[in-house]
Amino acid sequence: MQREGSPWQGLGTVVLKELGDHLGSARMRMLEWLMLLTAAAPLYSAITSLRDTTAEDPFLLLKLFTVDRAPLPSFVGILGFLIPLMAIGLGFDAINGEHNRRTLSRILAQPIYRDALLAGKFIAGLTTLGISLLCLWLLVVGLGVLFLGVPPSWEEIARSLIFLFVSVAYAGVWLAVAMLFSVIFRSPATAALLSLGVWLFMTLLWPMISPVLAQMIAPPDIRYVMLGLQSPETLQWQVALSRLSPNQLYGESVLAILSPSTRALGPIFLDQLQGAVIGAALPLKESLMIAWPQAVGLIAGAIMLFVATYVVFQRQEVRA
Amino acid sequence: MSEPVITARGLTKRYGASVVVDGIDFDVFRGETFGLLGPNGAGKTTTILMMLGLTDVSDGEVRVMGHDPVREPLAVKRRVGYLPDSVGFYDNMTAAENLSYTARLMGFSREVRRTRIADALGRVRLGDVADKRVATFSRGMRQRLGLAELLMKGAEIAILDEPTSGLDPQSTHEFLDMIGGLKREGVTALITSHLLDQVQRLCDRVALFQRGRILMMGTVPELAREVLGAGFVVDVEATAAPGHDLVPRLGAIAGVKSVERTGDIHYRMTADHDVRSDAARAVVAADGALTRLSVAEPSLDAIYTRFFERSAEKEMRDAA
Repeated sequence: MQREGSPWQGLGTVVLKELGDHLGSARMRMLEWLMLLTAAAPLYSAITSLRDTTAEDPFLLLKLFTVDRAPLPSFVGILGFLIPLMAIGLGFDAINGEHNRRTLSRILAQPIYRDALLAGKFIAGLTTLGISLLCLWLLVVGLGVLFLGVPPSWEEIARSLIFLFVSVAYAGVWLAVAMLFSVIFRSPATAALLSLGVWLFMTLLWPMISPVLAQMIAPPDIRYVMLGLQSPETLQWQVALSRLSPNQLYGESVLAILSPSTRALGPIFLDQLQGAVIGAALPLKESLMIAWPQAVGLIAGAIMLFVATYVVFQRQEVRA
Repeated sequence: MSEPVITARGLTKRYGASVVVDGIDFDVFRGETFGLLGPNGAGKTTTILMMLGLTDVSDGEVRVMGHDPVREPLAVKRRVGYLPDSVGFYDNMTAAENLSYTARLMGFSREVRRTRIADALGRVRLGDVADKRVATFSRGMRQRLGLAELLMKGAEIAILDEPTSGLDPQSTHEFLDMIGGLKREGVTALITSHLLDQVQRLCDRVALFQRGRILMMGTVPELAREVLGAGFVVDVEATAAPGHDLVPRLGAIAGVKSVERTGDIHYRMTADHDVRSDAARAVVAADGALTRLSVAEPSLDAIYTRFFERSAEKEMRDAA
């Protein structure tokens, strides 16, 4: 049975309203400050350490993102933590908040489909995250030019813009996770707690669990163990399992894009390195090829989670 | 009565094995006010949600203004206004902004929005708080804002779910007057309520719901005849002389079906015509002191109570 009318009717209205809500909310302001202040620290330490080595590196701007000096992690490392936090902060009460305010049935009684409400909220959240990340990106580039005094090359700009795009995709995954929980659970607190729980699990626990799981699936070969090496099969499983975590995918794709000398992600054999000039930068296209599967993984993850959210929401009863 | 604007035939809603709405048939005609009555969980709200296409129909069919809400929900929702039970608004927005959001979802142009919103708010006497945030509104004001939304939409059918629950008597009175205003403009209204005397005042016809079935449908006097048996209930308040019992004397009057002693000096007679003068004579003839004599209007409250008592008794007999 086909329904009539466009599922996108009212989408623009919902997006604009939600965007206005996000950008004006106190929650957003707090997240912005959190992001700004935490990003400022690694940036400052990167700038001070880079000042000494300006002449040595052709990719100075990219170094700004990736250089870390103990005890501070790099700017990218900080973002890997902050983006999920922000995305979850924007999405955890998307649908159940409407339920609890008792606005859901009133809004759905207007001539729009549920599709427009859900998609509108997702797009508005992603746009908000995109705007914040773009501001942060401009800040980093601006500060870099100001303090290092070296204008960035086009390739650096292109690479850092791709990094921005991947970051938005990564944010999309966590926004979709938060929205999925906001549809499933009636209480925003439960949804927030579970989203954060999934995030902590994926970021902190999964890297510890995946090697153990890999060893259970493919027990290490005694011949390799004797040599103090990991068996290739176990290693492959370990890498495959660890890539289930969006955090891992994000880290790998960012590494490939922001460090032009990255030649492969995951294990490589010695014979694959034959003829390679270690430490030489790859052209942009080659780096993109390396990061492509990871980036696609992130985008696909975001879409799949959104589809799951959509299916659950369509089947849900609207009555309070 | 003109053509029906809502028709339901064999309308059924099942959740798994439990049947919430069980094959109901009814018509609501243009311009009439129709009441849905019944205990909580009788299936009233589910019926409403099916009419709006907000929940799936398990079986049977419903047509609203000739449209099928399952296939053409947008066409239905454009012409039908729904005021949910304890309606909610976005607290951080003003009354006018809340209505403006709905108006944009309706697809109204800026000019139409401005005039319609001002007009609707004026009519529910919220004109002077149009630019106040809804967070400061009382329950009664929110309910009126919900009604303003229906007016702004220009709804041809207004569906009001428990419109007066939780309102103080003053607000209830005001609100009912406003609903009466809808009726004068020729808007078809469908109301569910527990406050039966209000429904009685407003509704042209009512349907009694129980366990997902419509057990009875018609005007209030019709139902009274059917449920209470006779057309007239006469209340007598009289002190009998010592040694006299008024019950048999009152019962001997022609046309009286039953006499019931409801209090120390209170008697209730049911008869097929107005027996007040005969009752007065009977009391005086028995040396009694007559203090009050009145005909009780057939009240929906009495019908409702008696009706559900009767069905409970019947159930117990069936079970035995």
